[in-house]
Amino acid sequence: MNGFRLVLDIARTHLLSKFKQTMVAALGVTFGIGTFIIMMGFMTGLNQLLDGLVLNRTPHIQLFNKSEPTALQPLTRYQSNPRIQQFIHSVKPKAQLERIHNALPILTELRNNKQVEGATPQTTCKVFYRAGSNNLNGVLNGIEVGGEVQLFNFTDYIVEGDVNSLYRNKNTVLLGAGVAKRLSLAVGDRLQVMSTNGATYSLLIGGIFQSGLAEVDDVQSYVSLKMAQQILGVGSNYITRIHVKLHNMDKATPMSQMIEKVYPIRALDIKTANAQFDTGSDIRTLISYAVSITLLIVAGFGIYNILNMFIYEKMNDIAILKATGFTGRDVMYIFIIQALIIGLVGGALGLAIGYGGAVLIDNIPFVTEALPTVKTYPINYDPLYYITGILFALVATFLAGYLPARKAQRIDPVEIIRGQ
Amino acid sequence: MHSILETKHINKYFLDPVKFHVLKNISIQLRNGEFVSIMGKSGCGKSTLLYILSTMDTDYDGELYIDGEKMSNLSRMDLARIRNEKIGFVFQFHYLLPEFTVLKNVMLPALKLGKASESTIKAKALEKLDMLGVVEQAHKKASQISGGQKQRVSIARALINDPKIIMGDEPTGNLDSKNSDNVFNILRRLSHEQDMSLLVVTHDVDFAKRTDRIIEMGDGVVL
Repeated sequence: MNGFRLVLDIARTHLLSKFKQTMVAALGVTFGIGTFIIMMGFMTGLNQLLDGLVLNRTPHIQLFNKSEPTALQPLTRYQSNPRIQQFIHSVKPKAQLERIHNALPILTELRNNKQVEGATPQTTCKVFYRAGSNNLNGVLNGIEVGGEVQLFNFTDYIVEGDVNSLYRNKNTVLLGAGVAKRLSLAVGDRLQVMSTNGATYSLLIGGIFQSGLAEVDDVQSYVSLKMAQQILGVGSNYITRIHVKLHNMDKATPMSQMIEKVYPIRALDIKTANAQFDTGSDIRTLISYAVSITLLIVAGFGIYNILNMFIYEKMNDIAILKATGFTGRDVMYIFIIQALIIGLVGGALGLAIGYGGAVLIDNIPFVTEALPTVKTYPINYDPLYYITGILFALVATFLAGYLPARKAQRIDPVEIIRGQ
Repeated sequence: MHSILETKHINKYFLDPVKFHVLKNISIQLRNGEFVSIMGKSGCGKSTLLYILSTMDTDYDGELYIDGEKMSNLSRMDLARIRNEKIGFVFQFHYLLPEFTVLKNVMLPALKLGKASESTIKAKALEKLDMLGVVEQAHKKASQISGGQKQRVSIARALINDPKIIMGDEPTGNLDSKNSDNVFNILRRLSHEQDMSLLVVTHDVDFAKRTDRIIEMGDGVVL
């Protein structure tokens, strides 16, 4: 029998003969790791949900024309002497077309850019929803359904009906939930809309759309790009907005600055559009890191405590083993092996319990107006937390076993015997 | 005659709670096959001396030779090997590993030495247990047998590697007179038949009188 097998055999006998105690020690690890996994899964799940609430549906960069007063007034150009103070009252913005100039080439150019994941065109037209003698203000967004679904999770906000109905029939509309309620319309009904130039169109309701923001749902509806252009009576190159999604969201600000430099267009990046949200998101991330580190530290001390007692109880055995010829290193290995086995068993159980707890939370109903597709509490099943969990269990038990084991390695057996 | 154990001017101090000179200039010798007892009042340092002789205590001044080899400057690894190979121990409180079976307790030092196969070691351990009359307890847990039986098992464990010397710290200290007699006879027989050296610390005058030689100690010196 070689040395290592003997050491392993002794470690195993120790663990099995005090099975209850071994299980208590392992459960200490299990509890720490399980809690860590449940908490991390739940917290980051909620974070992702909140992030997704804004980030998934917000384009990283929005391109549009905006009517603004000219920054450099002709008078300033003419008389640039700083000693003369000029006053211009009642400055009016320059008349701007709503359509983006050269929209289709810009779109092609953006799609060819390596940083861009995708870009979708939109054409917005103001209409009236007709209901008997009432005319309700409304906005129709003409969209390319495929791109919206793929890039901006458009499907998540369709509470009834089918997104693809926009493909099947040009006259289909996805109606805002607020509008549908006010007009008491349902999927399959017809909706009369009147364009600003007086023409009336009859659209088939293919689905109900709910973003969770009341001011949007009460006004907006979606039709296909072609339909919007037809209602406006314009050609297929008439596009009022371009939404861009990048591979890396952090590049949004420089990219939007670059676009504004190259094209005569306004580019709004997500950081500017959602500045306060970004701060909130950062703080939530910080909190979840703080909580996870705290959880691991607490678990680590628990593990250390239990293993320390476990080993000190065996001091007598250490003295006997050493007296009969086992070296300090043998003794140290015996206890480190025990610690690692406890860590492995406890950690694996912790993963199972953590996963079970996460699944349980994942099945608790969670209904919210804002998120029509979310039915239960969100959980993040990122394997990274499971890997961190088991690695931590092993490292913590190793250290918790190593420190007392090293002491056991160094101690003269007589010091233990004399202490009896 | 060749000496199995020899000390030269061993001094030992306890530092806690105050500096105390426990062993003063101890020089003794033990010949091959000799059965020697160390006697003295409690606190005279006889157990302390035994632990130094057994290499389990390395904190002393002076020189210690076992089987002609100098111990005083060896590493703990080497000392562990020597304890394993050349020294057998019998403690006062029998010190078996409670979680292991009697048989396993006896086998462990030999498994550690690793010179024979597991089955050979097992056969040998059973033979030793048989010799000491406790073979029928072999498969019980060490915590389940009586005090006298434990003492005999620990003698069997001390013998498993055929050591050059057996050291005992009050091996009959907490046994009744019948068991005590029994243990003495076993030790006596080993010394005669197997030419083993024995060094036993004891309070028991009757026990000591029957050994080959008595080393009397008092206040840290050999009288």
